[in-house]
Amino acid sequence: MLRSRDDKKTQRQKSEVWPMAKAHVYQRDHINTDEIIPARYLNTDKEAELAKHCMEDLDAGFVKKAKAGDVIVAGDDFGCGSSREHAVWAIRGAKVQTVIARSFARIFYRNAINCGFYLIESADAVDKIKDGDEIEIDYDAGVIKDETSKTKIQFMPLPDFALEIIRDGGLLDHIMKTSA
Amino acid sequence: MGMTITEKILARAAGVDRVVPGQLVDANIDVVMCHDVTTPPAISMLVEKGIDRVFDPDKIVVTPDHFQPAKDVQSAELHKRLDDWARRHGIKHYYKLGRAGVCHALLPEQGHIRPGEVIVGGDSHTCTYGAFAAFSTGIGSTDLAAAIATGKLWFKVPASMKFVLNGSLPPGVYSKDVILAVIGRIGTDGALYRAMEFVGPALAGMSMEARMTMTNMAIEAGAKNGIMAFDDTTQTYLRQHLKESTAYQVFESDRDAEYLATETFDCAKLEPMVALPHLPSNAVPIGQCAGRPMDQAYIGSCTNGRIEDLRLAARIMKGKQVAIRTLIVSSTPEVWKQASDEGLFDVFYSAGCVISAPTCGACLGGFMGVLAAGEKCVSTTNRNFVGRMGHPKSEVYLASPATAAASAVEGKLTDPRKYL
Ligand code: SF4
Repeated sequence: MLRSRDDKKTQRQKSEVWPMAKAHVYQRDHINTDEIIPARYLNTDKEAELAKHCMEDLDAGFVKKAKAGDVIVAGDDFGCGSSREHAVWAIRGAKVQTVIARSFARIFYRNAINCGFYLIESADAVDKIKDGDEIEIDYDAGVIKDETSKTKIQFMPLPDFALEIIRDGGLLDHIMKTSA
Repeated sequence: MGMTITEKILARAAGVDRVVPGQLVDANIDVVMCHDVTTPPAISMLVEKGIDRVFDPDKIVVTPDHFQPAKDVQSAELHKRLDDWARRHGIKHYYKLGRAGVCHALLPEQGHIRPGEVIVGGDSHTCTYGAFAAFSTGIGSTDLAAAIATGKLWFKVPASMKFVLNGSLPPGVYSKDVILAVIGRIGTDGALYRAMEFVGPALAGMSMEARMTMTNMAIEAGAKNGIMAFDDTTQTYLRQHLKESTAYQVFESDRDAEYLATETFDCAKLEPMVALPHLPSNAVPIGQCAGRPMDQAYIGSCTNGRIEDLRLAARIMKGKQVAIRTLIVSSTPEVWKQASDEGLFDVFYSAGCVISAPTCGACLGGFMGVLAAGEKCVSTTNRNFVGRMGHPKSEVYLASPATAAASAVEGKLTDPRKYL
């Protein structure tokens, strides 16, 4: 049985434009992988299945209210806990465009890069973006436009080696490309 | 400028003379640990990409543990994918039901961990193996797929923090209490991206099992790895457990190695600790929380499901009755057998406990003892996040096996020292 993961999606942050992406702000630190995707659902690795339970133990209403392209905003140490990449898949499967956090837990951060999922680390953005704000993100320029408060927030793009992996569509494609 | 033990091992694995924190290296992997949750997706990825190969079937260790024995049809499917793959590639060290155990207890016990090596595993608590002066860290499924296929991974060399453990542990205080006190002081991101290096006289008095309880929880402070120096205790353990290749290389930190920070603890002053819900860093001395009623006690996991943990629990429960549901979960078949031979199961049975097969089970809220809404569990595991052992409204209190056993007897959080 193969995963239902659609590899084309990995690059969607670069290619797709989501007008009116809404910010779902959780002003909390240490949002962990058990809250993002509880272990009781780890008996599958199908992205669509996992997506149904995205953020369930933090905010049971999240999946209902999030639209394609919406953004999760959170405090420090987002994604701490288990190494389950299922956390990234659940978020991506729920069509969340990216997560903006003050900081990320190490394994979650690495998993996201490895699956070609762009994360934004920006304390400034977490301070300024309010729950429900409409935002637009320019990944190449490193700019978040908050349409609701009419502010522009700069962020540091990912380091080059990470961008390379994301551009290639994730670590495995990157390896195949560089070792060919 | 000297190097830390972590830096030296990564430099060796990358084939360079020296590395500095922040540097990206391509490291050769010595051992890859695979279990039933994160490996099946990695296998599927490799199949999808047309790179269904393994870099070395002798360097991959496979043990289903999380939902083992299969708890439902979906987990049975995960096991089947793991099983098909392990057979297809002739994985040499494949522990099937009957010999399978909780990964981080099984690998050292079966002699797969050697000093100086780089070990990765699809599980965040892979940092456990650092107790053997090795570099080990947890990875996700994509990294795992890459490691399985190529035997290499990129790493950013972590800066190191030093934890000096002075004094010796008073009666009733164990390595679990020390690590809870450490995480309580620095917080769950206190060592984010860093290497936690433990040193000091208190370590000398600890068995390898007790040391592993500490490195196991390095991830709970956000660390990339936890590590300890090699000594006589390490050597004796390895002599008893290494089977095939018994050669290894010992690295140690230079005197002038650089540390981002040094934290000192006087272990002689420590008390039994409990991490209150819902973070491992909510650690308080037992005196501040004793008396809170519990619904369940769980003694097991990769943190505290080893033989000395079960011995300790049995010592406290002997001749008594537990007041709440109590689960005893040996971490490996060997631990199970040993506990049985030593008569510990008689003690647990008489006390009214249930004795389970080796599994991760309820540690991650999988099965075999999950909690209902509002229930409280005193547990020897490593994580007490929201929903970790069951319902999102249940609560997990992390403690040593002694504290968990004493609390099981009284049905409420209890200072174990009165039973010792
Ligand atoms: S016992 Fe618990 S913490 Fe350890 S590997 Fe299993 S699920 Fe993870």
